[in-house]
Amino acid sequence: MSLATVDIMVVLPEIVISVMACLVLVLDLYLPARFRMQTGFVLTLAILLAATLIILFSSVSDSVVGLNGMVVKDRISDLLKCGICLISAGVFLYSRRYAIERGFWRGEYLVLGLFGVVGMMIMTSANHLLTVYVGVELLALCLYAMVGMQRDSVSASEAAMKLFVLGALASGVLLYGMSLLYGLTGTLMISDISVAVTRFGPPDLPLLLALILVVVGLLFKIGAVPFHMWVPDVYDGAPTSTTLFIAAAPKLAACGMILRLLAEGLEGLFQTWQEMLIAASLFSIVLGNVVAIAQKNIKRMLAYSAISHMGFFLLGILSGTALGYSAALVYILIYGVITLGVFGVILGLSRKGAEANQIEDYKGLNHTHPWLAFLMLLLMFSLAGVPPTIGFYAKLSVLQSVIKADLAWVAVVAVIFAVIGAFYYLRVVKIMYFESPADSGEIQLNCGNSQRLVLSLNALAVVVAMPWIGILVDICNQAVASL
Amino acid sequence: MIPLSHYLVLSAVLFALSVMGVFLNRKNLVIILMAIELLLLAVNINFVAFSYYLDDPAGQVFVFFILTVAAAEAAIGLAILILLFRNRRSINVQDLDHLKG
Repeated sequence: MSLATVDIMVVLPEIVISVMACLVLVLDLYLPARFRMQTGFVLTLAILLAATLIILFSSVSDSVVGLNGMVVKDRISDLLKCGICLISAGVFLYSRRYAIERGFWRGEYLVLGLFGVVGMMIMTSANHLLTVYVGVELLALCLYAMVGMQRDSVSASEAAMKLFVLGALASGVLLYGMSLLYGLTGTLMISDISVAVTRFGPPDLPLLLALILVVVGLLFKIGAVPFHMWVPDVYDGAPTSTTLFIAAAPKLAACGMILRLLAEGLEGLFQTWQEMLIAASLFSIVLGNVVAIAQKNIKRMLAYSAISHMGFFLLGILSGTALGYSAALVYILIYGVITLGVFGVILGLSRKGAEANQIEDYKGLNHTHPWLAFLMLLLMFSLAGVPPTIGFYAKLSVLQSVIKADLAWVAVVAVIFAVIGAFYYLRVVKIMYFESPADSGEIQLNCGNSQRLVLSLNALAVVVAMPWIGILVDICNQAVASL
Repeated sequence: MIPLSHYLVLSAVLFALSVMGVFLNRKNLVIILMAIELLLLAVNINFVAFSYYLDDPAGQVFVFFILTVAAAEAAIGLAILILLFRNRRSINVQDLDHLKG
């Protein structure tokens, strides 16, 4: 067995990021203190952008399997990897000032982030259960450490513990499901599992058990009801920069993993997992939107909003058609961009001693920082799914796919609770525009020029990109065609 | 020769015990960490048993990866535990109530 060039090309972006992450680690050790922060930061952004370019230029229309079938490179993985790299670059850009002020902007933070990105990329291009597991764990281990990075914070260490215990449990459950799948099908290769599963006919008890365990593990990882209990606590307790890292890019990776495992590997059991996903998705939409109304902390509110958005994302997956998978891809990419912007605003308003994490803190933001309030307005409308934004298109496309799959009642329930959910997004807008600012003047804009520029572009994109949304949809349709 | 089903039952019992250890335990975080290790070992028994009966080495290779990851996970888990103890002076599960909504 020789390592052919094609094998290297399949995992080239991962190799580049891993090697450069080690470089960042070593440079951090040897550079004098005054260069350290700047160099690591610039290098990290450069690595992520370079990886994006490599993916774009090495993109091919058909899928290539490499490293003895362990990894696959197709349009889905290319698309998601580009999204992951760009969103993570945005995350580091927004987090910089926040993390410096709280004293955890060290080389390790960047290196952990970069290895987390590698883990996510491996998840999206896995073609073997072992690769899936390694990707999931590489991401999860980095996230545990990043949540606990603010060492003097009680809530951060508690959030790290909760994420660790539930994350490890989720991996264990996923792994147990994988071991049963291995025993039943005799292979670990996802494409071979898919062939073996269709041979089985109607699922018997062991196969059903394996499927349930795999689905439970996946739902844990994306934080859908009934496995959502870690999401609010971790979003709330983690430092906001890490919350942003957890909230945006890993959802894209999870989308890739779900497409590989459920839509590809366990396609033969579609009828069974569709029922489970309908339940999980509707409960997520209902619980997420209702409980978010009661929240006073904006990070907790966004956590429940994330739960409901994961419900909408699952709507696309559970329709089980190419149209549905493509809609889910569109949804998750758009959701990633919007989340990046929302947390970017929160990070931009936080400074040392003032976290800007209560909804009250945004009172009268329009009087003090009209431009930022306008950006937040666009982002909130987009999360709620108000028409001229891309958030509306994302919701529309998953609902269309569900209706085409003859599940109109699911779409009706989802729409009703999306309308209820609009309340808490609009409440933030109301507080920003129609209430007078608190006189303490605690909340001030605290971000550099590059951060402000990218944040503006990011938030404006949710409206301005609307006429060109067809391009994204075409890309996603082509990507799903290769599945 | 011991039949495959014996191994599967053993692994299922260990798996159930460790899940209960995570959820029912109200006292000590270290026990949760031990339960998580047990969880991974239960999976390992499954993989090794299947690998032997299917005559396919891939399952045993998987076990090596799980063991390695479990070691890394234990290291991070203990590090977080120490961090928590420094900040709270307690590793009681019931004391983890700082975050709630």
